[in-house]
Amino acid sequence: MRPFFEELRARFPELVRSVEEVVSGQFTVLLNGSDATGIARHFLAEHKARLVTVFAEDRVNAEGVFYNYYVFDRPGDPAWVILKASIPKDHPSFPSLAAEFPAVNWQEREIQDWFGIEAAGHPNPRRVALHDNWPDVHPLRKDFPLATVLPPFEGEQHVYRPTHGEGVFQIPVGPVHAGIIEPGHFNFAVAGEPILYLQLRMFYTHKGTEKLFENLPIPRAVFLAESISGDSAFSHGAAFCQAIERAAGIEVPARAQFLRAILLELERIANHVGDIGAIANDVGFVIANAHAGRVREIVLGLNETLTGNRVLRGMAAIGGVRRDWRQVQVEAIGKTLEVVEREFRDLVAIVQSSNSTRERLERTGILRPEKAAMLGIVGVAGRASGVDLDLRRDHPYEAYRHLPFRVPVYQAGDVRRRLQIRIDEVGESIKIIRAAVAGLPDGPHRAPEQPIPPDRCALSAVEGWRGEIVHWVRTGDGNRLERCKVKDPSINNWPAIVEAMEGNIVADFPVINKSFNLSYSGTDR
Amino acid sequence: MFKILQKTFNVGTATANYPRSAPRLAEQFRGCPEFDFDSWSDARPVADACPTGAIAVCDRDGARQVTVDYGRCIFCGECAEASPDGAVRMTQRFELAAADRRDLVLIAEYTLHPDGSHAALQSASSGPSAEEPGKRIEAAIHNLLGRSLSIRQVDAGSCNGCEQEIVALNNPIHDIERFGIHFVASPRHADMLLVTGPVTRNMELALRKTWAATPDPKVVVAVGACGISGGIFGTNYASLGGVDAIIPVDVYIPGCPPRPEALLHGILLALGQVRQRANSHPRR
Repeated sequence: MRPFFEELRARFPELVRSVEEVVSGQFTVLLNGSDATGIARHFLAEHKARLVTVFAEDRVNAEGVFYNYYVFDRPGDPAWVILKASIPKDHPSFPSLAAEFPAVNWQEREIQDWFGIEAAGHPNPRRVALHDNWPDVHPLRKDFPLATVLPPFEGEQHVYRPTHGEGVFQIPVGPVHAGIIEPGHFNFAVAGEPILYLQLRMFYTHKGTEKLFENLPIPRAVFLAESISGDSAFSHGAAFCQAIERAAGIEVPARAQFLRAILLELERIANHVGDIGAIANDVGFVIANAHAGRVREIVLGLNETLTGNRVLRGMAAIGGVRRDWRQVQVEAIGKTLEVVEREFRDLVAIVQSSNSTRERLERTGILRPEKAAMLGIVGVAGRASGVDLDLRRDHPYEAYRHLPFRVPVYQAGDVRRRLQIRIDEVGESIKIIRAAVAGLPDGPHRAPEQPIPPDRCALSAVEGWRGEIVHWVRTGDGNRLERCKVKDPSINNWPAIVEAMEGNIVADFPVINKSFNLSYSGTDR
Repeated sequence: MFKILQKTFNVGTATANYPRSAPRLAEQFRGCPEFDFDSWSDARPVADACPTGAIAVCDRDGARQVTVDYGRCIFCGECAEASPDGAVRMTQRFELAAADRRDLVLIAEYTLHPDGSHAALQSASSGPSAEEPGKRIEAAIHNLLGRSLSIRQVDAGSCNGCEQEIVALNNPIHDIERFGIHFVASPRHADMLLVTGPVTRNMELALRKTWAATPDPKVVVAVGACGISGGIFGTNYASLGGVDAIIPVDVYIPGCPPRPEALLHGILLALGQVRQRANSHPRR
C-alpha cells in the first residue's frame, strides 16, 4: 500500500472501506456511504489534486445500489485516484461538490438528468443534459430501454437569466448558426456593444451515445467511439480502445503504440492548422485561412495514405491499429512532413505579419489563470491560461514515454495565446512524429483478438488535440459493455468561454469561440 | 503585405479540377465496398462484421435475403476483411450520391445449403452505375453557368465529421465558389439545405423551422451515413434517424464523412433538380 493511501485511511477511518489497484496505476477507493465531499476537500486542500470527472453507474440490478465515481489526479503522480461512493436506490441523492469544484457543475447535473440521482445542494440544479421539456425519464438507468420512443420535442423552454436596465438587450443565437458549425444556443446580454454576460444551452446533438455503448458488441463500439466527436475520431477511438485493453489486460504491441502516437499527432496538426486559419478568418484575414486550408489538405492527404481515410476513420482497433504500414507509407510521413513544416512556417509568418490581426487577437477573450485553474479548464485553452497540464507528459501512455516534446504554456489567456499554443504544438507534434518514425519498432500492429472478460473496470485518458479525453468502462457478458463514460475536454471548457466573453464585444464572439473551438457533439454525446 | 502576395503567387493555382478530371486519391483510400453476388458463399460473417447494419441477412424458409445499404455504410472495410473468398472487395468509388433512396440499396436472394451457406443466387439488384467520374454531372455544370446556388448548412445532430469536409469545400483546393455556389448565413437566402444527421430529438424542431424558412423552390441534400439513415446511431430515445424522417430529401450523399469531391458530386447532382424545379415553379 502506498503511503498516500495509508495516510488517507488514517485520516478518514470511518469513510474509507477499501483501496484497490484495479488496473496498474488506477486506485479505486471504495467509500462507506455516498458522501465524497470530505475527502474531495482534503485532496484539493492538501494535495493540490484536480477533480478530473464525476460520473455515475446504475448497479441496482447487480448490487442494489448506484455508484458515483470521482476521478482525481495529483501533480507529479501519474496514478489516478478514483473515489467510489455508493448511493442507495431508495434514496438516490449525493452531496454536491459543484459549489467548491465548479469544474463538475454540468457533470453533476448530467448525473441528475441521466440517472435520476439528486445532486443535493447544487447551486444551480436545473436540467442541463436533457432539455426542460423532456418527460421525466432517466435514460442511463438500466430499466430504460435504448429504443424508447418519446413524444416530439416541443421547443426550448429554458428560462434564461433575465436582463434588466435601460438599453440592455438580449441577443439569442442558435441552435442553427450562421457558419458551418455545430448547433448550440447562445444568449448574450449586451449593453450597447459590450457583452454583460453569456448564457449557454448545449445538448442539442445529444444522441444517446453512452446508452448506445451498452447495446453494441465491443468490436462495433470502436466505430461509435470514432463518432463521438468527428474532429477527434482517432483520439476518442484510441481512448476507448485503451480503456478496453486496460480492462481486459491486453498488451498492445510496441509498434502499434508508436503507430497510434503518430496518428494522434497527425490529428493534432490537422486540427491546429485548421483552427489557425479559422481564427485568422474570423478577424477578416481571409488569405491566411486560404493558405491554412491548403496546408491542412496536405496533412489530410497523408492521413489518407496512412489510414485510407482523410480524417483517420476506421483505424482505431482494440489491441492496436486496424492496418499496418508498408515501408513506402512510412517514408511518405517524412517526405510529407518536410512539406508541411515548410508550408506551416510560411503560414505562421503570414499570420504574424499583420499588425491589425495581432491587435484584434491580443487582449481579446481573456481567461485569467486563476479562473482557468478554478474552473478546471484543460487542453489548449488551459495551457494558454497557465494550466500546465498535458496527459502525454503527466500520465504518459503508450509510446509517449519514449518520445521527446515540450509543453508550451502561456499566462495571458487571450485569443493570441490560444493561437500561439497551437502554433507551438504543431512544431512539437512534427518533432514527436519524426522521433516515432525513427524509433518505429518492428513486430505486429495489433494484438491477437481475444474475448473480453466480463465485469472489469478501467479508465483511459488521452490528450486529444483539444485536451483531456477520458473514457471509463465496465465490461459485461457476451463481449459487451455495462457502462462507458465519455468525457470530452469540451465539457470542462464551455464555462471558460462564458468567462472569456465578459466585457468583449459581440463582434468578437466568433473569434473567441473559435479560439476555444469546443466540440458540441463531444459535449452532448 | 508583399510577402503574402509573393507566397500566394509562388503557390500558383492550388485548386483541383474535379469533376473535369479525376481527384488525386491515395492508393489506400477506401471508397464503398462492392459485392460479387454470384460467387458469395456466405453473407453471415460479413453481416456480423458490419458495425452499422449496412449489410443485413434475413433467412426464411431455406432462403436468404441479403440487403446492402450504402446509405448506412461508413466505408470501414470490415466487410471485405470478413470475406476471405473475395466476394466483398473495397473499391475507390465515392460518387454514390443518389436522388432516390432506393438506389442506395442492393438486394440479393439466395437458396441455402443445410449449413446456412449460399446454394444458388436467385436474384440480385445491380449496384450504383459505375460511370466515368464526374460524367453524370458534367451536363449540370454546363447548364449552370449564369446561375448561382446558395446553400445553408444545417447540423441536425452530427458528430462534426461531415462538417469538417463541408468546410473543406471552401478551401482553395476544392473551392466550391468556382461553380457559383456559396454558403449563406440564413435559410432565407438559401436554395439548398445541406443537412447532416442523425436528426436528434432536440434538433427536430430547429430543422423543421429552418426548412420552413427556406423559400421555394428549394432542395434538401442529406449528407453522410447518419444524415441518410441515422448511421451507427440509428434511431433511439434521442435520435430520430435520417433527415428524411423529418423533411423531404432530394439527394443523398453516402460516406462517413463523404470526402469533399463526394459532396461536390452530390451538390452538383442536386443542382439539376434546382433548375428543374425553378422552371416549373409557378411565378407569383
